Amino acid sequence: MQKIISEINDIVQDEALGKGSIIPYFEEIQGRFRYLPPEALILVCEHLNIPLSQAYAVATFYHAFSLRPKGKHCMNICMGTACHVRGSPQLLDRLETKLGVKAGSTTRDKLFTLETVNCLGACALGPIVVIDGEYSGQMTPQKSDALLRRIMRSEEKEQRG
Amino acid sequence: MANIISPVELDPFETIQEAFKGPDHPSITICGGTGCRVLGSEKLSEAFREEFNRQNIQATLDFDIKTTGCHGFCEQGPLVVIRPSGIMYAHVAAKDVPEIVERTIIGGEIIDCLLYMDPQSGEKIEHEQDVPFYQFQQRVILDLNGLIDPQKIEEYIAEGGYTALQTVLSTMPPEQVIDEIKASGLRGRGGAGFPTGYKWELCRKQPVDVKYIICNADEGDPGAYMDRSIMEGNPHRVLEGMIIGAYAIGAQTGYVYIRNEYPLAVKHLREAIAQAETNGFLGRNILKSGFDFSVGIKLGSGAFVCGEETALIASIEGRVGEPRPRPPFPAEKGLWGKPTNINNVKSWASVPIIIKRGADWFANIGTGTSTGTMIFSLVGNINNTGLVEVPMGISLRDLIYNIGGGIPNGKEFKAAQIGGPSGGCIPAEHLDVHIDYESLSALGAIMGSGGLVIADEDVCMVDFARYFMTFTQEESCGKCVPCRVGTKAMLSTLERICNGEGKPGDVEYLIELGEEIKRASLCGLGQTAPNPVLSTIRYFRQEYEAHIIDETCPSKVCKGLITYSVIPENCTGCMVCLRDCPENAISGEKQKPHQIDVNLCTRCGMCKSVCKFDAIMVT
Repeated sequence: MQKIISEINDIVQDEALGKGSIIPYFEEIQGRFRYLPPEALILVCEHLNIPLSQAYAVATFYHAFSLRPKGKHCMNICMGTACHVRGSPQLLDRLETKLGVKAGSTTRDKLFTLETVNCLGACALGPIVVIDGEYSGQMTPQKSDALLRRIMRSEEKEQRG
Repeated sequence: MANIISPVELDPFETIQEAFKGPDHPSITICGGTGCRVLGSEKLSEAFREEFNRQNIQATLDFDIKTTGCHGFCEQGPLVVIRPSGIMYAHVAAKDVPEIVERTIIGGEIIDCLLYMDPQSGEKIEHEQDVPFYQFQQRVILDLNGLIDPQKIEEYIAEGGYTALQTVLSTMPPEQVIDEIKASGLRGRGGAGFPTGYKWELCRKQPVDVKYIICNADEGDPGAYMDRSIMEGNPHRVLEGMIIGAYAIGAQTGYVYIRNEYPLAVKHLREAIAQAETNGFLGRNILKSGFDFSVGIKLGSGAFVCGEETALIASIEGRVGEPRPRPPFPAEKGLWGKPTNINNVKSWASVPIIIKRGADWFANIGTGTSTGTMIFSLVGNINNTGLVEVPMGISLRDLIYNIGGGIPNGKEFKAAQIGGPSGGCIPAEHLDVHIDYESLSALGAIMGSGGLVIADEDVCMVDFARYFMTFTQEESCGKCVPCRVGTKAMLSTLERICNGEGKPGDVEYLIELGEEIKRASLCGLGQTAPNPVLSTIRYFRQEYEAHIIDETCPSKVCKGLITYSVIPENCTGCMVCLRDCPENAISGEKQKPHQIDVNLCTRCGMCKSVCKFDAIMVT
């Protein structure tokens, strides 16, 4: 915990982020921790001298910020129009069933966070799934099963050491 | 405001051009747009370099290997074009590289199996310029996307970049720049189509010293990605447009508000700003004219409503991105209370072209009231998915069949959704409509930002409308009641209809509610949110009625109205669907017809997609 606080403090003290707006701080913190720890909200507010309610409003308004820690692997399914007409709802269905969580939540073992995004702008390749920043195009429910299996296997390997 | 003291000196141009080999220099251009990158184009430039080294030919054959912006023909990616001849290879993989070097680069012959085949004629096409997808386009804004390395300012300059800025700063007073933009007839490409020159004039006339300009790159419409491609492929043209605009308006600072979902565009833009500063196109005393201007980047944090100008301003100021009532318009009171001019990426990118080639030239493209070109992202059920740039006024039929290559798998065209979640659909009977601002709005659609999604006969229009309503309902910021509550009420009605629980009167209710939301909402999001529903009702009312009265979904999409069953005659009992069914709803033995338990079936369609014997029926 102490380590998190000191890291957040470093970000808060970063002059390059300017002193005007709360958003660049949140972007930096979200980038580092993949969520906004409660301590971060408090420290940023103290630094910028703004009420906590305002920070909370901003943190909950924008999709890019999350108040809950994310799983080890982030799966993002594009729900843009092009992906929609090419079958992304079926893909999402399948992943929801397989992972046992609804879009927007994290599995109990904290291994996967399943999310949707409105458009990634790579419409020729739809439906698209992004796993930990890596794009996979022309996905089908079957292909998504294979992707999950691959991740699970590497996880098992890691655990065995 | 800067006064022009002396003609601008030319030095940055001279030094850069001396170092650059020129646009006709032989090169291998590899598409580096996001689409081609996903398909593996990043490995290609590396593979070409390795192959050049391995065969030790760099010394004898002076070829540049460059990764360019998006070529536009995403369906055929990764794309490689050899210039200046224009030989185009499609779906290129790293393993093809040695052969391309050996046979095409060294041997000068064409490799037949890597060429693009026109699906309509079945012919292989050798050169990029002869591919129908490109042939019918008029590439004005995207012209350099496939030619130059966007990470090198010298390549943009070698193609005549920043000369419009030079002309403006050395010979044109700000008012003359505004007159030129007015004369060109350029209308805002963000969707609403407000005349750009008049917008600039309004901002210029404000008696305030501090002014801002903003480039709206918060491209949020699902299915639209042209703004991203311009910023990835030619960021300097956007910057040049912004600098010219700032000079005309009298702004000292500009911001690019860009989606954080576009990491590559952000990277290229950051590099472009740094290069422009180093070369004297940005910063203090630009090109020694006495004019000062700087550009910063603000990242959008994933809120669709921030594409609305007052919400965008709130977001840059670090607040929740909620819109506010207008007037006052941003031109009077915008960012931090100062006059602010906001334009879309495509509008800014058009500016240097208008200055360079003249307002008359630009005004001659397109129709009387909609001048210039428009970029569409042609996506959905279409053969040639990609980015296309066409003159305004082109017919929808030409766009879909000549450029887009028609509908895949022999299916019928059903509708084109234009303008994203704010737009409407155009059915087959209006395929000959000319795409300009007025004709589209007469049909209940809008130009929008250029997303053009093609739906084939398998798309259920009620489900399609529900999809868009889900989107806008989620993205409604919640500030005003008509949008917050109204979109929710519309969505729940649509969901009921899709679930087979529609009631007579639902359609009339949707129309009434939709009209009210349009009339009473605070910002553009709410004012346009009902459009997809209203336009699908207008053209496909019979589909709504089939859902409500006949309790069927004609396209077999809406889960509440369909059942899956096995056709015993076709089923070979291969057990594939049985194994793949996520709900274990299929039972049966090997080599005997299977059965689907309708109570367990969630209608996910998995069985139908895996069945090789066409033995799953949807009714």
